[in-house]
Amino acid sequence: MKRATLTLGLAFGLGLVADAASAQTLKTVKDRGSLICGVGQGLPGFSSPDDKGAWTGLDVDLCRGIAAAIFNDPNKVKYTPLSAKDRFEPLKSGEIDVLARNTTWTLSRDALFNFTAVNYYDGQGFMVRKALKVNSALELNGASICTQTGTTTELNLGDYFRANNMRYEVIAFATADETVKAYESGRCDVLTTDVSQLYAEKLKLTNANDHVILPEIISKEPLGPLVRHGDDQWFDIVKWVHFAMLNAEELGVTSKNIDEALKSNLPEIRRLLGIEGNFGEQIGLTKDWVVRIVRHVGNYAEVFDRNVGTGSRLGISRGINRLWTKGGIQYAPPIR
Amino acid sequence: MDQGRHPVRPADPVSETATGLRAPPRVALYNNPKVRSAFYQIVVLVVLVACAYAFVVNARANLAAQGFGSGFGFLGNTAGFGINQTLIAYSETDSYGRVFLVGLLNTLLVAGIGIVLATILGFIIGIARLSPNWLVARLAGGYVELIRNLPLLFQILFWYLAVLLGALPGPRDSIGLGLQPILARLAGATRWLGLPDAVAQWWQGLADWIGPPELYLSNRGLILPRPVFGEGSEFVVAALALAILATIALRLWARRRRDATGRPFPVGWAGFGLIVGLPLATLVVLGAPISLEQPVLRGFNFVGGVRVIPEFVALLIALVTYTAAFIAEVVRAGIMAIPRGQSEAAQALGLQRGAMLRLIIVPQALRVIVPPLTNQYLNLTKNSSLGVAIGYPDLFALFAGTVLNQTHQAIEIIAITMAVYLLISLVTSLLMNLYNARTRRLVER
Repeated sequence: MKRATLTLGLAFGLGLVADAASAQTLKTVKDRGSLICGVGQGLPGFSSPDDKGAWTGLDVDLCRGIAAAIFNDPNKVKYTPLSAKDRFEPLKSGEIDVLARNTTWTLSRDALFNFTAVNYYDGQGFMVRKALKVNSALELNGASICTQTGTTTELNLGDYFRANNMRYEVIAFATADETVKAYESGRCDVLTTDVSQLYAEKLKLTNANDHVILPEIISKEPLGPLVRHGDDQWFDIVKWVHFAMLNAEELGVTSKNIDEALKSNLPEIRRLLGIEGNFGEQIGLTKDWVVRIVRHVGNYAEVFDRNVGTGSRLGISRGINRLWTKGGIQYAPPIR
Repeated sequence: MDQGRHPVRPADPVSETATGLRAPPRVALYNNPKVRSAFYQIVVLVVLVACAYAFVVNARANLAAQGFGSGFGFLGNTAGFGINQTLIAYSETDSYGRVFLVGLLNTLLVAGIGIVLATILGFIIGIARLSPNWLVARLAGGYVELIRNLPLLFQILFWYLAVLLGALPGPRDSIGLGLQPILARLAGATRWLGLPDAVAQWWQGLADWIGPPELYLSNRGLILPRPVFGEGSEFVVAALALAILATIALRLWARRRRDATGRPFPVGWAGFGLIVGLPLATLVVLGAPISLEQPVLRGFNFVGGVRVIPEFVALLIALVTYTAAFIAEVVRAGIMAIPRGQSEAAQALGLQRGAMLRLIIVPQALRVIVPPLTNQYLNLTKNSSLGVAIGYPDLFALFAGTVLNQTHQAIEIIAITMAVYLLISLVTSLLMNLYNARTRRLVER
């Protein structure tokens, strides 16, 4: 009987997984009346609840953009905070519609899910105490390093120290908070994660100025939202919400000038805002989908500046996340 | 124990022929209770199996449609991440299968040591709670009520963050432990007391002659010297094994002699002398083939030596203190279940409290104690998976955590993990049931 119970339990787990693979995510979202978005557990700049409990951040704004495009209301989103370790299974099983949780696009992940676009180009770095007088990651031989388990960070760390013939001790925690707490209490000399996260975590430390982020970037971390395999329409929608924000920035359309832009004679702007053509309808949305996104959430520059850029506490410069026209690598295909 | 001496009464010949006179009434097959019950059981079983089959088929089809593979091939792939406590050799280039072994051993390590320590502490506190000494009994009672009513996760985090990481210094300011620091303290104390400076200098000289401390304690853990096994060290190990065997033989002999003559023999001291003395003598005779590698502070951390990581210590302390509170209650219940007459009789014989507990009360109480004790052992083993909260690399954290996240083989990994915890629990239960069967043989006189 024990075995039968075990089998049943296991099979029940499988059954839940099996429920997920239906291809009609857009219809499900519309019927439900809200989007369910998997986000981080409190990473300033990307996804964290503010003092009133409202979620903000670069990833959160992508979710808001999707909701705005579908419902014309950016607040019709339910957020599911997920740890790095447990982020993929809810997407796989259909508990969330999209995972926007500063997740690195890698081949092995892309083989199982669809990454829609890169909404932040990042790289892995190291943070240490200034008192250690370390100036380069190559001086970290023998150090104890705190990291979050279930991340590409953990793997890059192994590669980097192996490649440079250095010894290290890794202590891997399940959540970002535990990792930072252990670093702060002196359990490890080094905290490693994506540089954008290091800036965010640094803000949370009691004496932020006692810590320094080392110059080395040891990996490529293209962060972006991802969806399940098998629903091409939904894949297109999530992908093009990001592209719409980029195209809006490129054409100078912001949440402030959107009403004037609607009167524009420029064909590109008229196509973007749905005055000409039916581009939104082609991916299952409405003609004015971009108007909805930009009016409620803003273009990419506004979103970046508000959450992680110079308009935010993080104060990260745009760097390679500038538009391709300004020397960066953010580039969106045209709407036509 | 003396039942065998009573004459056994032969079986009553009359009672065996008393039945079978009237034929049972004829009942339709579908009204036969046996047939009915079998039928319903088969129906339930078929439905169960059909459900399970449907789930499995459905899940496989859907997972395949989403591009998720199945099977156990992933166990051979390279893991690529580091682990900070490995009982067997491990590097980033090893496979997920190796990670599984590392995690399993780490779980067994903390569970095994935890069970032993929790049993000792639990017995002490359980007995202390029944002590006639008011203060001791109240302290033990307070301990039990405090510890068992706080969530275990909270206690783990308390020991880790507040005690180990909060109170201990960094590696560069490590607390040295061992003979040298004691002598250095003695020198300091001598000066403080105003005794002649020559005495203090003598202590200090001795401390300097011994060299650096043997052990270091910091928020990176406890650093111990590592034994290096040189040529001839196998004789020392053999001597240790011999001493253990001799002690067991001695114990058997002593028990037999006590049963026959009533004269006790101090097996404990003799065994201690054997187990410590014999290997030590071998070590000296062979010219110390086992030496100690001293840890040295270099850069960020100590190099060399053996390191006990703080995650392990915090998890162990939390599991031991928490489980001991429950074991104490089990022990108390077991002792209270022994009739008062037993201890009164022991007192009448002039036994002291220690001897009374050891020889009369606890052996009988074990019959009541062992089954619930098994539960506590199983709880401790399963609770060790809470180490994931403080980064202890156990089976759950490594295999059902990191490996699952990297390979996405959720069903296989969860199935393996479940099977392993089940297996550990079943083996623990089996051993405890065997032990329980032994304690049951004890009969009250």
